[in-house]
Amino acid sequence: MIHSRWWQLPIWMMAALVLMPVLVILLSWQSAQVEVWQHLVATGLSRLLSNTLALMLGVGITVTLLGVSLAWLTAVCDFPGRRWFDWALVLPLAMPTYVVAFVALGLMSYSGPVLTAWRDLFGPRAWYPEIRSTPGVILVMSAVLYPYVYMLARSAFLQQGRTLTEAARTLGRGPWASFIQVVLPMARPAIVAGTALALMEALADFGAVAVFNFDTFTTAIYKSWFGFFNLQAAAQLASLLLMFVALALVLEQQARGRGKVHQHSLKCQDRIRLSGLRGLLACIYCLTILLLAFVVPFGQLIIWVSKTGLKALDERFFQLVQHTFLLGMISAVVICLTALAVAFGLRMRPSSWMTNLTRLTALGYALPGSVLAVGIMIAFAFLDRAVLWPLFGNGAAAGQILLGSAAALITAYGIRFFSVGLGPVQSGLERIRPQIQEVAHSLGHSQWQVMRRIYLPLLAPGLMTALILVLVDVMKEMPATLLLRPFGWDTLAVRVYEMTSEGEWQRAALPALTLVLISLVPVIIMVRRSRQ
Amino acid sequence: MKLSLPALAALCSLTAFLTSCSDKQPSAPAASTLTVYSERVEHLIKPLFDEYTAQTGVSIRYITDGAGPLITRLANEGEATPADLLITVDAGNLWQAAEMGLLRSIDSPILEENVPAHLQSGDNQWFGLSARARTIVYSTERVKPEELSTYEALGDEKWKGRLCLRTSKKVYNQSLVATMINTLGVEATEAIVKSWVANLATEPYSNDTVAMEAVIAGQCDLTLVNTYYFGRMQAEKPDVPLAIFWPNQDDRGVHVNISGAGVTKHAKHPQEAQKLLEWLSTEEAQYKFAEANQEYPVNPKSKPSPLVQAWGTFKADLVNVEAAGRLQAEAVKLMDRAGYR
Repeated sequence: MIHSRWWQLPIWMMAALVLMPVLVILLSWQSAQVEVWQHLVATGLSRLLSNTLALMLGVGITVTLLGVSLAWLTAVCDFPGRRWFDWALVLPLAMPTYVVAFVALGLMSYSGPVLTAWRDLFGPRAWYPEIRSTPGVILVMSAVLYPYVYMLARSAFLQQGRTLTEAARTLGRGPWASFIQVVLPMARPAIVAGTALALMEALADFGAVAVFNFDTFTTAIYKSWFGFFNLQAAAQLASLLLMFVALALVLEQQARGRGKVHQHSLKCQDRIRLSGLRGLLACIYCLTILLLAFVVPFGQLIIWVSKTGLKALDERFFQLVQHTFLLGMISAVVICLTALAVAFGLRMRPSSWMTNLTRLTALGYALPGSVLAVGIMIAFAFLDRAVLWPLFGNGAAAGQILLGSAAALITAYGIRFFSVGLGPVQSGLERIRPQIQEVAHSLGHSQWQVMRRIYLPLLAPGLMTALILVLVDVMKEMPATLLLRPFGWDTLAVRVYEMTSEGEWQRAALPALTLVLISLVPVIIMVRRSRQ
Repeated sequence: MKLSLPALAALCSLTAFLTSCSDKQPSAPAASTLTVYSERVEHLIKPLFDEYTAQTGVSIRYITDGAGPLITRLANEGEATPADLLITVDAGNLWQAAEMGLLRSIDSPILEENVPAHLQSGDNQWFGLSARARTIVYSTERVKPEELSTYEALGDEKWKGRLCLRTSKKVYNQSLVATMINTLGVEATEAIVKSWVANLATEPYSNDTVAMEAVIAGQCDLTLVNTYYFGRMQAEKPDVPLAIFWPNQDDRGVHVNISGAGVTKHAKHPQEAQKLLEWLSTEEAQYKFAEANQEYPVNPKSKPSPLVQAWGTFKADLVNVEAAGRLQAEAVKLMDRAGYR
């Protein structure tokens, strides 16, 4: 059974699923949309590209610096408040980017409380920081996205243990040198994977760039679609975006290096004790990040909710909560099981072909949500018409089978968030020495027993991380939910959309805050578990 | 085993999900269930739908999303679409849906009587349900109404560094510029838009409310907004130091867009959908439809809310709102060329 060809099946299925909407998007090149392209080139395609590039670079550097430094402090050092920051620094993960963006604009726009105080202090004509600028967008996005790097780097540092650093130190390297020459390279795959996730989120984001009116590739896609009513040109732009992503994925693979880290004993770590001023500085640093990325936006949401009151908390509101959680939970389970199957498939039948095929599945994560959703919708409509209607024999009278069903929405989530689930499962699996399996087999255990008694318990933390990351991501997801949800299946994200699309930020605070709160629970569970 | 708890929870939720789904989704909706795709958000349509259901027994289910995605969905569903009615918040998108053959002409004396000719499509494929005026809002502390005259005059030298605008990506601005192209031509309109951009105090904002707040805070002195955003602000803070000015009263009038609806080409219940549309255009429903969002009813027999009436009457641009759809792409390109982001 170990060498059965069937292990390839999940990989093929998942790749086919992700490639389905991608193919739809690529098909847009059937006819050139010369006019739209000429217009874009003439009126600022170069600005779009440079903005997008600046965003990538800025977010990439900022999340790496923040994520790695914070992970190093909480995983390897000891300072006042460390145990607390250890889990608290993951909390911004529960914040949807679109929520943080509108909160940031509320706080930092010219009429907001911060700049009003600023003008009182420095006079009305004084220079002031403009949040609706490249650095502003980069900072807001990094505040939401750094936890990806933080979490992955943190567990990498934890798993390295102190032995490596110790060895480097006994060989005469200073603390910095051993960090840069030993610890960082070992953690590189994790850091790069985290940064890649953050960058793909940033590339696909529409919520934040729309709030800040910051022109990126995504906004050009939407302009072609909604402004020119030209879905084809929009899809062509999206396929270019895909090219960027594919390039980024190749770079990621290069940057990961070939190092493989198998599980180390986690016992007896003594941490580097930062005492006195250094400890205080570390504490202040972590606190500042936590305040800016989580406490302040969270507090602003609470203030808005207290202003608008809890009128909206009716029975239907609880239904929204229920739908949000249910959709998230089902999708998370489905995605994680698939990820498990794919990861095992890769391990059982390793080949560069299969690895590359699996890598392709990341494309789903980097497409702007609406574009992906439309691709899926077109594919499903086609399947309904070409496959399912003839199958059921009653033609159009069958109405919609796939489209408009909960299955379609869950499939869409699967295509979008598969790579989020695959990452932790795969890295969990990589850390299990292949020899364990061989030993178990030589002791006469069947494949199933090996799976149940060795892999699952060892994989449980990775699976749990995957489950929770996907759960939180699905609950935050907006555009695909809007387009593909079955009737009556409104979620909190849908409610946030309805309020923000009318510019009613304050009324959006209640569903947004609820969304953050129910995302916080799994995030906290995850971090607490990972400490044991 | 560690995994048992989440697995159990997942199983439970899956069962609950599947059963609740079958409860809610009868395989073939009964004749008395209408399906609506709406860009107008839930809290503005649900009260009216509820009332209609109470009066007629016809139940209504709906999906809300942006017009772009909804129209794309409608197009791809083709004849299998469950949608009977499409509601949008601007004329351009309705025009586009009609252009793509997604709506049907309906012959209704009631709608003809209740909806003015310039607020519906020439071939009766869609009808306005509320009118939305896009006009000048100025700071009562720093601007005298005598200084104001027309949309065009916002490009005058005296407003240098004093104007705030919402982004050109919003369809409301695209419609405004489209109707200007319709009346003034491309060249003149482009010059006007350029002069606006030259007067901007700051980069365009992403929504009308923030732009008005910028005027209050003193970043700029005037802006262009849909009146209901001002209405909302005024309802909250009656003494807000802003006021409405009606431009172009000596020529074409104030730009007016609509929130409107059309019956879909492949509607399964076209008669019922038409009845709903007709009911929404009646005097009584019109007041509620408009009042919910401080908009103007399209039905001349119906009055706007007291708050809106207090802004006084104005001469509206009578150009058919179809122009907004026809010239939208042109308007977007023009604003791009003019550097209006």
